[in-house]
Amino acid sequence: MNMVEIKAKFHVTWPGFSLDVDLALPGRGVTALFGHSGSGKTTLLRCIAGLERTPHGRMSINGDVWQREDFWLPTHKRPLAYVFQEASLFPHLSVMGNLRYGMRRIAGNHKFSLEQAIELLGIGHLLERKPDRLSGGERQRVAIARALAVNPRLLLMDEPLAALDLKRKQEILPYLERLHDELEIPVLYVSHSPDEVARLADYIVAMEDGRAVAQGPLLETLARLDLPFQLGEDAGVVLDAVVAERDSEWHLARVDFNGGSLWTRDQGLETGRRVRVRVLARDVSLSTQEQENTSIQNILPGRVDAIADDHHPGLALVRVYVGSSALVARMTQRAVAVLGVTPGQMVWLQVKSVALME
Amino acid sequence: MHLSDSDLQAIWLTIRLASIVTLILLLVGTPIAWWLARTKAWWKGPIGAVVALPLVLPPSVLGFYLLLGMGPNGPVGHLTEALGIGLLPFTFWGLVVASVFYSLPFMVQPLQSAFESIGERPLEVAATLRASPLDAFFTVVVPLAWPGFLSASILTFAHTVGEFGVVLMIGGNIPGETRVASVQIYDHVEALEYMQAHNLSAVMLVFSFVVLLTIYVWRPARRAA
Repeated sequence: MNMVEIKAKFHVTWPGFSLDVDLALPGRGVTALFGHSGSGKTTLLRCIAGLERTPHGRMSINGDVWQREDFWLPTHKRPLAYVFQEASLFPHLSVMGNLRYGMRRIAGNHKFSLEQAIELLGIGHLLERKPDRLSGGERQRVAIARALAVNPRLLLMDEPLAALDLKRKQEILPYLERLHDELEIPVLYVSHSPDEVARLADYIVAMEDGRAVAQGPLLETLARLDLPFQLGEDAGVVLDAVVAERDSEWHLARVDFNGGSLWTRDQGLETGRRVRVRVLARDVSLSTQEQENTSIQNILPGRVDAIADDHHPGLALVRVYVGSSALVARMTQRAVAVLGVTPGQMVWLQVKSVALME
Repeated sequence: MHLSDSDLQAIWLTIRLASIVTLILLLVGTPIAWWLARTKAWWKGPIGAVVALPLVLPPSVLGFYLLLGMGPNGPVGHLTEALGIGLLPFTFWGLVVASVFYSLPFMVQPLQSAFESIGERPLEVAATLRASPLDAFFTVVVPLAWPGFLSASILTFAHTVGEFGVVLMIGGNIPGETRVASVQIYDHVEALEYMQAHNLSAVMLVFSFVVLLTIYVWRPARRAA
């Protein structure tokens, strides 16, 4: 499965900020570096890229050393690609010129061709344009294609959506999801958005004050109640699921996950399609008896696993296993006491809404 | 309007001097400007001030020191004599050396601000796209800074054409060798040849106006791009 293939160890101090991490990350899939602004996630990415001089750092991928105490590979010799927060296209070159800039500087066989990159990001109709004739979303897509065209062994993405408005984000996310499905190289994805992380990441590293405070596979990590960082209103789990049935009369789709199924709005995804389902803790309530006559359609039997304090003293998070999948419900501490919720107890979860992600 | 042969010779000499100085300064001034734009060293300040000195120093002062330095007892004079070149003062190449110093800030300062306005990011992008620093300089910095190169070159050329004090100190007044247009006008006036002085002055006036007009008209266009 996920072999440990990226090793990064940095201890650097700048005036007013220090980075102190020692990470072993999977060599496949998308790893999210998640944290608030100022937590050091971008700095970590820049260290990995060699854009920051870090004399005592160590960085290797697949056993290839990029730097250690007595060795330093400059950025332009590291087989990586970097997508910056602002697209940072070269304004003096056309889209095609930008795409070719990195590609013509690499030798050897190209696993990922320029045509593939252009096709994957849907920018075939923009090739002759200059960057100032592109929208923000188009620019970022070109920047991503430009990065892919150098056939990197590691793709670094620094909040590629942060500078875009909601509409542009929605425009790019499907492309990023395709990348997630089709890329074989590891991706380090810096983000402060729980939604992006839930959609794209397989593995998560939570950063705070220049340190990695929690890390692990995304699905497991989000179901932890003892996370040393607070997701607040965004607390919730992500489930791997499959579209199992579509109900054309009510425009609903049923998705099956390991242990149960959920009905959700039909978003036009064909049956058999693998999806991710995000269930926020605030959308899950709990009852000790099966409810009838309720508008909530998704009622799942489960067993209470653990109870923990939430970010507000009046609130609690309760983890419930439905089959082998963990869901987290948010309720008041009073509800926990009145219902007498205890670990091991059988309960019914009422799931008010779920978000389907391709 | 009539220009005498010696006027034409002076104009030709002036153009030759200004062209050579501009070329040399493109080669010398670019690395200095690049370094000034990017360094965080504490001596950036002192070096920047030295580069800017010709802006405030009377040309005669600069010319005086250069005369001493390149003269038979100066360090540069020793060097050029040892190399078999002879002494530079009162030669065309002495004038070139002096003009390089005199016009240095006019090349370095526009280039420095052009480089600074490009910022760090395009270079970082180029590095992540496998471009070595030198590669990135020629494929990213030069194309992005070309308006800066153009205006620095025009200013340097024009400023060298307008030189007078340094020329008198270093070059004297040797026809075809060091007698440039500005000195020629001075000679005409000294000799009370006001008509010739008028003609040559008019040429200089038109030239200067056209140069400045080019820069001013063309600047806003560069911002829009």
